[in-house]
Amino acid sequence: MSLNKIKFDKKIVLSFWIILIALIIAAPTLLPVFRLNLLGRYLSLSIVALGVDLIWGYTGLLSLGQGIFFALGGYCAAMYLQITSSSEFPNNIPEFFALYGVEKLPFFWEPFRSPIFTFFAIWIIPALVSGLIGFLVFRNRIKGVYFSILTQASLLVFFNFFNGQQKLINGTNGLKTDVTQLFGKMVGSESMQRMFFWVTAILVIAAWFFAKWVVKGRFGNILIGIRDDEPRVRFTGYNPVIFKTIIFSIAGGLAGISGALYTVQSGIVSPQFMTVPFSIEMVIWVAVGGRGTLLGAILGAVFINYAKSLVSEALPASWMFIQGGLFILVVTALPEGVLGWIQGDGPRNLLQRFGLKRKIETYPSLEVNNKEGNNE
Amino acid sequence: MELLLDSLFNGVAIGSVLLVAALGLAIVFGLMGVINLAHGELMMLGAYTTYVTQLIFKLPILKPFYNSYIIVSIFLAFIVSGVVGILLEKTIIRKLYGSPLETLLATWGVSLILQQFVRSVPLAYGTGLVISLIIGLFLPTTFPSKIKESINFKYFKFSSWIFAALTGVLSGSVISSSVSKLSRASARNVDVTAPSWMRGQVEIIGTAFPKTRLMIIVITLISVIAITLFLNQSAWGMRIRAVTQNRQMSDCLGISTEKVDIITFGIGSGLAGVAGVAVSLLGSVGPNVGGNYIVGCFMVVVLGGVGNLLGTVLASFGIGIMTDLIGAGRLLSIWPDMPLPLSNTINFFATTSMARVMIFALIVIFLQFKPTGLFPQKGRLVEN
Repeated sequence: MSLNKIKFDKKIVLSFWIILIALIIAAPTLLPVFRLNLLGRYLSLSIVALGVDLIWGYTGLLSLGQGIFFALGGYCAAMYLQITSSSEFPNNIPEFFALYGVEKLPFFWEPFRSPIFTFFAIWIIPALVSGLIGFLVFRNRIKGVYFSILTQASLLVFFNFFNGQQKLINGTNGLKTDVTQLFGKMVGSESMQRMFFWVTAILVIAAWFFAKWVVKGRFGNILIGIRDDEPRVRFTGYNPVIFKTIIFSIAGGLAGISGALYTVQSGIVSPQFMTVPFSIEMVIWVAVGGRGTLLGAILGAVFINYAKSLVSEALPASWMFIQGGLFILVVTALPEGVLGWIQGDGPRNLLQRFGLKRKIETYPSLEVNNKEGNNE
Repeated sequence: MELLLDSLFNGVAIGSVLLVAALGLAIVFGLMGVINLAHGELMMLGAYTTYVTQLIFKLPILKPFYNSYIIVSIFLAFIVSGVVGILLEKTIIRKLYGSPLETLLATWGVSLILQQFVRSVPLAYGTGLVISLIIGLFLPTTFPSKIKESINFKYFKFSSWIFAALTGVLSGSVISSSVSKLSRASARNVDVTAPSWMRGQVEIIGTAFPKTRLMIIVITLISVIAITLFLNQSAWGMRIRAVTQNRQMSDCLGISTEKVDIITFGIGSGLAGVAGVAVSLLGSVGPNVGGNYIVGCFMVVVLGGVGNLLGTVLASFGIGIMTDLIGAGRLLSIWPDMPLPLSNTINFFATTSMARVMIFALIVIFLQFKPTGLFPQKGRLVEN
């Protein structure tokens, strides 16, 4: 695959970055608040998609439970906001506790009074939880479909747990953030939302570079090795468990950051973030964008969600059909995703088929050898 | 003692729904390594089949036989879900052979489409579509072999599909004009009412058991026995077991693995349909009804291991009984004077959703000791 990658000119790359940064700075003034908020949300979703690309596109682990870590990040952020702006409520604790007769903040929420702790908790707690789940599963060499359905089951377990615990986390109602205060300003206010958009945009780019750094070099090679032939990696003397656990917890941490950003922009975190369909949707963003491309994950998350909101506004019933069709189509007809197709031979083959571009003449033997080289 | 019996019965009832549903999933998973995320939706189709059958049996012509509709619907549900499963295998799953994760995603897409289909297409026309599928898929196989081997067979096939489509449209419109409840699409849940002979309770050894649950247990027993006999006594069953053990070797020995795949997938999906009948007796039927059971089925497959029916049976009854024991807090009533911290813990988990949390934790602990389930397949391959 890497053989056919298009090499861009340096000038093109530079101008691409300038345009991108200009767009990010200008977006809050160009777009109405509603659309800006949507764009910000979709950008934050693209961070979790990056994590999915790392574990699925590069390491071959299809997790259907990223929603757990996404929601954990969201809950950490939302609880901090609720606690800091709870001074006018009785007992100085968030309002909903009074509904269930809780008078003291549960002990595990106590550290969330500190902003520094919360800042780290948002990504470290999901990373630790995912690392633990991953370690317990990988240790036993459970993989493939087994891994997928175990992650899905753990997603359901977390959903049930969060849904049922009114006294600790307000259960099925979730935690609202839009009327809370941060730095003396209302989180739901326009200026705060604009700031969140910029933070999100910067973090998406940072996460992208981080992910690129992760898959570069030997670590990335081992990940790809695990995806393509795990026993061989093991026989060469590497322990796949460690690498899988590390990458799974990185993806968990990214999901946590993404969940926190999504929560402050959508105004609520609830167990709905942990439903089964939402977590599988994350996979389809990556699949459509192109797995193993990183950029494809970002583009896929933004464009599919944008398409979803457009279609749902116009024809609510048809989105399920379109989404279902997308799953089937992308898996059967376009397994590399859109970006993978563009980076590969896709466009040239298409043009050739319509006779718009001449076929490149090669020696047959060369072509055969090339193919074999690609498969390795 | 009575409490224990009660708990055991409830657990067996929960477990038997799981068992029928998981049986199909486990057989397919054992054979092709494919987890079918649309399995829950195939159950849903079975449940809707029961509903449609019930309404059709209320028509004046069939009214005298109304009480037997549930028996008929078991067979119909098997056929309907089986045919949809066969179609799924022929169109999508076969193309993805060897990449189970992709199959997982594709079947999820199918499940979304099926859910929305039930919501936005009137059930009468859905029935018509299924009827035309059944005719189109099975009519060509009934032709005499002389026609089958001739060059013009594709024309015969084509004309039989046209005939099937016409029959489907016709039956769809007949049903929609005669049963008004089926003529409009609705996303609302529907209810299946059990026939009069299935209502009420039976008293055995001083304890009252609801008849519907007994019926579910009977359905489960029959399906398990039928599947065991089929797999162990029939020629196709032997082929299925052979392909499950070693696909390449079976292929080399002349077993048509393609046919084995189709038959197995059809049977697995059909069993999902039968499970759907059982589910429709327990509560109302909606587009999402399968989703409530599907993760339980996955757990059964994970716990029971592949390629062994006994593992599936033990796992589903184990999960069923544990769900009831933990979820209803029965341990507390069986042993009332247990120490306080223990009873507090049990009370904390004594709801259906928290019982799931507990059971999942137990399964993960179990997998730490036996990662491949209760009865792992023996083999010397690295990849197992």
